[in-house]
Amino acid sequence: MSTQAHKTSPWEAVTRFGRSIAVPLGAVVLALVIGAIIIQASGASAWKAYEALARGAFGNAHGWQRTLEKTTPLIFSGLAVAFAFKAGLFNIGAQGQLLFGAITAAWVGFAVHGMPPGIHAAVALTAGAVAGGLYGALPGALKTYTGAHEVITTIMLNYIAMGFTDYLANGPLKDTTPGNIVARTPQILESARLPTWGWLPFGFLLAIVASAFAWWLLQRTTLGFEIRTVGQNPHAARYAGMKVARTIILTMVISALFAGIGGAVETQGVVGRYEPGFNANLGFDGITVALLGKTDPFGVIPAALLLGAMRAGSNQMQFKAHVAQEITDVVQALMLFFVAADMIVRWLLRMRAAEEGEKITLSTGWGSH
Amino acid sequence: MNTPASFANWKLFWKRWGIGLTTTAVVVAAILYYYARTPQVTEAVLASTLRQSVPLVLGALCGLMGERAAVINIGIEGQMLMAAFVAFLVNVYTGNLLLGVTAGILIGALLGLLLAFMSVTLKIDQIIGGTVINILAIGLTGYFYKVGLSAHGKLNPIPLGPLAKIPLIGPVLFDNPPITYASIILVFVVHYVLFYTPWGLRTRAVGEHPRAADTLGINVYLVRYVNVVVGGALAGLAGAYLSLEAVGSFERLMTNGRGFVALAVMIFGKWTPLGSWGAALLFGFATALQTQLQFGGKVNIPPQFIGMLPYLLTIIVLAGFVGRARPPAADGIPYEKEG
Repeated sequence: MSTQAHKTSPWEAVTRFGRSIAVPLGAVVLALVIGAIIIQASGASAWKAYEALARGAFGNAHGWQRTLEKTTPLIFSGLAVAFAFKAGLFNIGAQGQLLFGAITAAWVGFAVHGMPPGIHAAVALTAGAVAGGLYGALPGALKTYTGAHEVITTIMLNYIAMGFTDYLANGPLKDTTPGNIVARTPQILESARLPTWGWLPFGFLLAIVASAFAWWLLQRTTLGFEIRTVGQNPHAARYAGMKVARTIILTMVISALFAGIGGAVETQGVVGRYEPGFNANLGFDGITVALLGKTDPFGVIPAALLLGAMRAGSNQMQFKAHVAQEITDVVQALMLFFVAADMIVRWLLRMRAAEEGEKITLSTGWGSH
Repeated sequence: MNTPASFANWKLFWKRWGIGLTTTAVVVAAILYYYARTPQVTEAVLASTLRQSVPLVLGALCGLMGERAAVINIGIEGQMLMAAFVAFLVNVYTGNLLLGVTAGILIGALLGLLLAFMSVTLKIDQIIGGTVINILAIGLTGYFYKVGLSAHGKLNPIPLGPLAKIPLIGPVLFDNPPITYASIILVFVVHYVLFYTPWGLRTRAVGEHPRAADTLGINVYLVRYVNVVVGGALAGLAGAYLSLEAVGSFERLMTNGRGFVALAVMIFGKWTPLGSWGAALLFGFATALQTQLQFGGKVNIPPQFIGMLPYLLTIIVLAGFVGRARPPAADGIPYEKEG
């Protein structure tokens, strides 16, 4: 948890790393095994299903591109959840923040003319991030000033964001090209598009940079120290003279910024416009990604890659092995269950109990500050 | 004190019941006023208020059963969704509504057991435990759902003889489908159990001061398990209501956040069954009004904004009431036995 003061030998570092990924790895394996049992039970071949899934995700350049495209928003929403976790906050609102980021980026992308390509894309990204961040300030402020628990407020704000963006895409921002009857914004301009180099989407690189930024912010800045202290012990933080209220709001804003960029990247890099109902579960997926990645900014990347690959390959799986795509949701839920219930996994692996510092407490009662 | 006893009593009486009585008077006056003007619409809105409140009050009862024993249940949404689905499936394959409802209740209880296992035995953070249930429910119902299945009928209103013929009150209160009746009865049952039985006393003791309860020989773990499982059964009934009574079918994600709204209802109701019922009726009214506005077509507000009403109300309620109402003291804290 905390940075070690004494020098560690390489072997120690390796074993520590091994121990730290044992639980997520065990959870993934267990979830895949149970998923296989469910697939077999419903009359299909689990082996064929997983093979088709893997081929769909990594079989060729196109597969890789789809996998990375699916991974990108998952990294961002996973980062959003993981970052808030560090301050003891549970941001289930990544979904809504992402929607606002996506539609704002789309709006800047199609409505602002005459900007040079790189600048236009950057402005749209920033606008998306700010929109998401501001939407995240709301539950943060509600928590600090009224004690309303962020789990409920962020979920309610998700529904409100869905309604609001739906309204925008149906009304003021609707695509008015002749013949269009569905709710969506116009296509963004070429100058706001994010490029894809070969099979490598630019957004994926951005997501890696964002992870590094989150790590730096948490581990190398005063704000990060305050965030972690508030997460571990708000009373101690207050006693030490930290402004807990300010830290909580700021954490929510930064967390939501990540979600907002995630939405913007999806719009500018993949979809090319805003359409309601895209990636409806990204907020919840972010929770799985964050916990699978042990709420570590870098741990989020492989976790998101795993889930992204499952999303990208599930089409092929349905097509070739006739297994419904939703099995990936089940496997994902099982992963989350086993990671959360790491007592079970540890017991199966005969490992010692989690050290005190590793536990995060979110539920010390409603409205406790 | 120099104040005469009767005056002091009056003051006490007013302090305790004043707000409630005033609100009731205002509500009754408003209902009569609108009934005099547009009887049919008023009846429709009130009947719809009661029915919309059913899943919310059952969810709130589930939440408060758990929290009175210090277990936060954020998985009500998932319990409802799974129960709605299983109740529907059982009905589809057996053609029996009662079996469907029973299956819904059982699956709700089973998920309650899972939550209790996670939060009481494994001592996983309760918020995460509940979230696991929610995500599991979305995944499982999505995977096993097949388009084109249809339920065999749905639970229909049972008019209670002459009572149903009373104007205004009859159609609203005494002409309802079974789960709606059950939810009203359950409010009073849970109220009685919680405040007038030894079990209720034990539950509250475990929620406020588990160490003291343990010292007195109360099995803290058992009380928590039973409460969370029974709560799960109530959420399961709410799920069965959604698929077999309200709609007569199952749709993906049909709970639509009701499990979370139910938690706000519980908080607004100050962790009491009667208070929750009042809060649920208020939310039910907001939803009923919303449908009335949407289909009445008289006002010119985009439907998406009208649809936000219950969610906005939830946030406002949470923001306004959380600080003022006091949750059980040990809420959300796993109990560690000494020694």
